[in-house]
Amino acid sequence: MNDVLIDIKNAVVEFDGERVLNGLNLQIHDKEFVTFLGPSGCGKTTTLRIIGGFIEPLEGDIFFDGKRINALPPYKRAVNTVFQRYALFPHLNVYENIAFGLRLKKLPDREIASRVGEMLEMVNLRGFEKRGVGQLSGGQQQRVAIARALVNYPRVLLLDEPLGALDLKLRKEMQGELKRIQQAMEITFIYVTHDQEEALTMSDRVVVMKDGEIQQIGTPQDIYNEPVNAFVADFIGESNIIDGIMIHDFLVEFCGVRFECVDKGFGEMQRVDVVVRPEDVKVVSPEEGQLSGVVESILFKGVHYEITVGAHGFRWIIHSTLPQEVGSFVGLRVIPEDIQIMHKMEE
Amino acid sequence: MSKAKYAALPYLVWMVVFTIIPMLLILVFAFTTPDGGFTIKNISDVGKYTDVIMKSIWLAAIATAVCLLLGYPLAYILSRQSARSQQIGLMLIMLPMWMSFLLRTFAWMTLLEKTGVINRVLGMIGLGPFELINTSGAVVLGMVYNYLPFMILPLHSIMVKIDHSVIEAAQDLGAGSMKVFSKVVLPLSMPGISSGITMVFVPAVSTFIISKMLGGGSNLMIGDLIDMQFLGNAYNPHLGSAISLVLMVIVLLCMSVMNQFDDSEEMEGMLI
Repeated sequence: MNDVLIDIKNAVVEFDGERVLNGLNLQIHDKEFVTFLGPSGCGKTTTLRIIGGFIEPLEGDIFFDGKRINALPPYKRAVNTVFQRYALFPHLNVYENIAFGLRLKKLPDREIASRVGEMLEMVNLRGFEKRGVGQLSGGQQQRVAIARALVNYPRVLLLDEPLGALDLKLRKEMQGELKRIQQAMEITFIYVTHDQEEALTMSDRVVVMKDGEIQQIGTPQDIYNEPVNAFVADFIGESNIIDGIMIHDFLVEFCGVRFECVDKGFGEMQRVDVVVRPEDVKVVSPEEGQLSGVVESILFKGVHYEITVGAHGFRWIIHSTLPQEVGSFVGLRVIPEDIQIMHKMEE
Repeated sequence: MSKAKYAALPYLVWMVVFTIIPMLLILVFAFTTPDGGFTIKNISDVGKYTDVIMKSIWLAAIATAVCLLLGYPLAYILSRQSARSQQIGLMLIMLPMWMSFLLRTFAWMTLLEKTGVINRVLGMIGLGPFELINTSGAVVLGMVYNYLPFMILPLHSIMVKIDHSVIEAAQDLGAGSMKVFSKVVLPLSMPGISSGITMVFVPAVSTFIISKMLGGGSNLMIGDLIDMQFLGNAYNPHLGSAISLVLMVIVLLCMSVMNQFDDSEEMEGMLI
């Protein structure tokens, strides 16, 4: 892994006496794609804004490349931001929007022209130089916002839910584009989103946040496969989260049935949360099933069917490529590797 | 759709009866003699008052500039406050307008008079008395005092529409507060500036009450000239109409210059 570029130590932010960041510690490395993921109000945008310089933390420190930058104003930082609703300058055309930062640096016109041209190329907007930004579609405005930030060659690009206003197809396209741009420019991207799929698709590391605190930091695979608590499991994709009791190492009981599992190190007879992903539940005949129940509903989702089965007092969500008939009696199986055991969250 | 159009009918009638017909009458009066023959003598007679017209434009321009300098920072600061503070601020700005225009201007007379409040206070510390009333300065003061809200309100209404994230974007791209102002806030508030200037300059250039009450006899303005032709001893509605017509042309010219300025700003890329 590359060197630490941004180091946030014990950052506290309050708005009107309400704590929005509660002693946040986070290290971000050079050239990595980090995503802050969480529901609204979790502090992800606030964290981005203390890096951008728009908010000064009440307590704690923020270091950039080893230097403390708590009170450094935004215009002196080597970071640039792609704002949530683009925040393009309505009085300037596409070219002048992108050239804004370079004109402030008083670069010669020829260099400005070549760098703006390079950026237009990168975001596929060649030929749009003279357009007013109001004439552009949402996706095109988005590209201008990205070009306007990147043209300054920042060390870090901050992106605040940049794809939120785009339709699904365009969003998918832009996800790929952003990843490609990040790799081509070889700089750090810090991306804020509440869309777990977006986070998993693009990131090197995902930071899952809730109520101003970090829940889990890890690669998309870690976060998806090994969520540390029920909140993360629930937020990252759909999950069946069931109350269970750890009988002893490698044996857990839930829904009144004992299951083999691969987890250990919990106390004996300890109450735990058990997480099973919907795609990991197999529908079998009632005789073969570890659990059995009645199919309550079925929805066609394109790639798979989403089936709900009421079994042993719990409504199981199951993703399967095979349809089942509503009202039919079925069995359910889960293999030990697909059972995630986690500590109960303190409420 | 077609039914909704009829809702505009009352206003249409109003406009024809009270705006278009009177304007046509002014046009007719301006180009006729008392016995009804066509003439351009009225228009050419307006030339005799060139100095009055120039002085009116000059005083109104100074008053407009002062309003802009006073009103712009206030409007900007106000637009960055909480919604509640903005409401209170706007109410305070409009408060004087709830009182009669005449009363307010009269109040300035008692303040500025030779034996007025200001001179008496200054007299107590051994200064003055100063010649405050019946000066061009007093006329400009009266204009600024009366028309300042008309500068602040359009400026404020444009400025509240400036998205704060656009300002943050400018900071993010390397602009300190001076550059944020000159590169973003000022160009984006141009429409407010031009409508504020229009709203102050037009009534100021044609005022007659302010110059009459605060300017004495020596600060005659276009409005006073027209007043004299219709209501004064010089009774001559034909000349009065001609002066009105010239005033109207001056105002239209000023406004089209302003709009031209506005358009060129928009051509830079604000083609929304």
